[in-house]
Amino acid sequence: MPQVTLTVNGTKHTVEVEARTLLVETLREQLRLTGTHVGCDTSQCGACVVHMGGDSVKSCTILAVQCDGSEITTIEGLAAADGTLHPMQEAFREYHALQCGFCTPGMVMSAIDLVNKHPDGMSEKEIREGLEGNLCRCTGYHNIVKAIAAAQDVMHGRVKELARAAAE
Amino acid sequence: MNVVTPFEGIGASLRRKEDFRFLQGRGQYTDDINRPGQTHAVMLRSPHAHATIDRIDTAAARAMPGVKAIFTGPDMAAESIGGIPCGWQIHNKDGSPMAEPMHPALALGKVRHVGDPVAVVIAETRSQARDAAEAIVVDYTPLPAVSGTEAALAPGAPQLHEGAPGNLCYDWHIGDKAAQEAAFARAARVVKFETTNNRLVPNAMEPRVAIGDFDSFSGDYTLYTTSQNPHVIRLLMGAFVLHIPESKLRVVAPDVGGGFGSKIYHYAEEAIVTWAAGKVKRPVKWTCERSESFVSDAHGRDHVSTAELALDEQGKILGLKVHTLANMGAYLSTFAPCVPTYLYATLLSGVYSTPVIYAEVKAVFTNTVPVDAYRGAGRPEATYLLERLMDVAAAEAGIDKVEFRRRNFIRPDQFPYQTPVALQYDSGNYHATLDACLETAGWAGFEARRAEAKARGKLRGIGISTYVEACGIAPSAVVGSLGARAGLYEVGVIRVHPTGSVTVLTGAHSHGQGHETTFAQLVAEKLGVPTANVDIVHGDTAKVPFGMGTYGSRSLAVGGSAMDKAMDKIIAKGKRIAAHLMEASVEDIEFERGTFRVAGTDKTKSLTDISLAAYVPHNYPIEEIEPGLEETAFYDPKNFTYPGGCHICEVEIDPDTGHVEVVNFTAVDDVGRVINPMIVEGQVQGGVAQGIGQALLEAAIYDPSGQLISGSFMDYTMPRAGDLPDVGVATHTTLCTHNPLGVKGCGEVGAIGSPPAVMNAVVDALRDYGVRHVEMPATPQKIWGIVNAHRLAAE
Repeated sequence: MPQVTLTVNGTKHTVEVEARTLLVETLREQLRLTGTHVGCDTSQCGACVVHMGGDSVKSCTILAVQCDGSEITTIEGLAAADGTLHPMQEAFREYHALQCGFCTPGMVMSAIDLVNKHPDGMSEKEIREGLEGNLCRCTGYHNIVKAIAAAQDVMHGRVKELARAAAE
Repeated sequence: MNVVTPFEGIGASLRRKEDFRFLQGRGQYTDDINRPGQTHAVMLRSPHAHATIDRIDTAAARAMPGVKAIFTGPDMAAESIGGIPCGWQIHNKDGSPMAEPMHPALALGKVRHVGDPVAVVIAETRSQARDAAEAIVVDYTPLPAVSGTEAALAPGAPQLHEGAPGNLCYDWHIGDKAAQEAAFARAARVVKFETTNNRLVPNAMEPRVAIGDFDSFSGDYTLYTTSQNPHVIRLLMGAFVLHIPESKLRVVAPDVGGGFGSKIYHYAEEAIVTWAAGKVKRPVKWTCERSESFVSDAHGRDHVSTAELALDEQGKILGLKVHTLANMGAYLSTFAPCVPTYLYATLLSGVYSTPVIYAEVKAVFTNTVPVDAYRGAGRPEATYLLERLMDVAAAEAGIDKVEFRRRNFIRPDQFPYQTPVALQYDSGNYHATLDACLETAGWAGFEARRAEAKARGKLRGIGISTYVEACGIAPSAVVGSLGARAGLYEVGVIRVHPTGSVTVLTGAHSHGQGHETTFAQLVAEKLGVPTANVDIVHGDTAKVPFGMGTYGSRSLAVGGSAMDKAMDKIIAKGKRIAAHLMEASVEDIEFERGTFRVAGTDKTKSLTDISLAAYVPHNYPIEEIEPGLEETAFYDPKNFTYPGGCHICEVEIDPDTGHVEVVNFTAVDDVGRVINPMIVEGQVQGGVAQGIGQALLEAAIYDPSGQLISGSFMDYTMPRAGDLPDVGVATHTTLCTHNPLGVKGCGEVGAIGSPPAVMNAVVDALRDYGVRHVEMPATPQKIWGIVNAHRLAAE
């Protein structure tokens, strides 16, 4: 069987995979990083989004062998070692941008990539369009959009602290 | 130790406790669970809507690498495995019971819908199981199929079940037919309206998963499953399908990724993996693929209805007559029969003081996936029918649609209000929610926005929906008399530990609702324990004594009330202990938020003092009071709860593309007392998103041969962020009068109130085109067709 070497959340792993094994299967079943989810079989839902070399990828749509030698970040790798949440994670919590939590890892990973690729910031309409590849069935996206809008200001260094949500 | 913290009780928008694990990928969903020695199951499903199974040849598949076992329907039948049971029995007009055909877990001789499971392959890996499933040869003889709701009753239609002649499941009615006919005879006007409520696929983001585990040593079975109600699954599967006593069967529903109804039901795959685990003596895991979900998760809605409304000269409603056909699919899912009857026809009074109502409902079998409750369940269908009818009736009577509604509203002084279709609404104020919503939505200024849009070449419309629903299900005796085969109480256990932290066991199940936060707030409010020291345990029959699960917006109204009752018992026992410790009489002990006080003195004991004394009973009235501080309560509600309110939607239609954009959406809902406003707002927004999805985007479409055309996320239009607007949510509270918390429920109101608001807006936008009605979903294709037909006619 082919052997691949992946650096996942800073840790190097060498694993044997079948040629047909998807990246998400390696992450979930071989590395037991079950934060990355599978919500569909047509590359539509985005629950499986991770970062590969800093770019978001749908890990259900890439073979593990295609990722040989790459740097992967999953939802488990976002928070600091001391438990401090990434600003996007913190914003999702503050703005109640998750309910069942199943789409959340992919949504957060997509959102971070989206913000990184728009250094000048995005309008709420642009955020909505940018989330084209991620489905959420619980929230109606309203609070996800608010969370990303607030997080981008922190990530781009425009504000030091996350703006609090209106709900008190 | 319990320390004073910022206010976290009732009314605080506390950020959710559960979010830390979900946001860091540390949730534990069923597919995240792997049992030692686990095997993998793959279901072989029917590609035909209707066919006889002439032969199943598994020889080649059995010889494939890694295959442990293959089972088919006859294998299960040989061990007397029962059919998948239905939990609700409806009676026909003549008093006879509904047709209730056998629903084998694996098909026996015949398949009745695309996706009907025919065989299960169990192998060392999922890939091996999948490969082997492809190697099974099944000889089918295709039979004519019927997928349409109306077509099922047509003479000569293909017949699904021997025990259901004419494909009729039941022919049921409610209300006073003679009184309805008399009312119609003296009417100044009768308005007739026909509509189809589109079939939907719930599509929780987490596909279903089931893991069966068998302990050869103890003989105990465990099922890990994506369920909204693990105790109900244990009861149905243990008692009716596998014949395993509850004491030998544990059902665990860990973190569950959304349900919306679709994870209430006992599904065949749960029974198959549990039974198979006992056969292969290894754990058996099945993970549904999305394409499988589309053809095996229960669908929702699918009604065809005709409504007639009788009005007097002043536009007062004299009576309502409704005829509905409801599609049950190929087999009866767990609660399917009650959806078009007791969750639908009983809601046909809506928010109106309609004096007489008569409704007939026929349920039919078709060669489609079973249909059951989906967010709102019956109430969205009733609300859609009524609220479109109200707009049509107002227009035909020449009365403003808001004024028409107001004229017919149940007034605040009429509560408790007895409807002519069984329900008694305890509280509400429909005028108040209407006025608040009109104000917030800027109804009065709409015509200026319409004119401004017109100048941009857009067709702008506004729509309103005023609704009530019945949830917080349900009084056991009442639903029992209506055909439920279960009680619908809930269980709460409050365990105060020696040092004062609290564990709550609840039979309600959270799959996105935020129970770990909201329920902890109830404890903070009543017992004064900080939410950080309150743990909510749910979803495991080995931990929680019993429970009926979460659906019908019942978690807080029923489950929360059970907790409240258990806390009352904790306080009562605590007072007796406190009286002993402070040498006072029990009658003189007061309790408020964690402190027991001798009335009128400064003598106090904290809850922690009391719990410590209860578990270390050195100075303790041991002859009179048992040690320990743990109480259980079963709460059976006295009535349904009746959330209601008003939704207003504004749309803009691009006449060149037919695209409908929701540009404003305002909801003002009365959900009773609000525990966590942030969570309530999120629940309403999510429900509204599903309602907009139904109105504009979603439809499960079968072709006449029974193939599901919209069977993947490539074909079935799920609402995406760009399809939806910001949803403004406000609440206006009247308290529920019959539960201790005054709560009504908020999980379904969004999906119930919104579809007619959207469609009334669409029809309003098209008013210059002479459009009386547009069926859901209002796709660009449909709208463009209307606009273009009008243009052609004008040329």
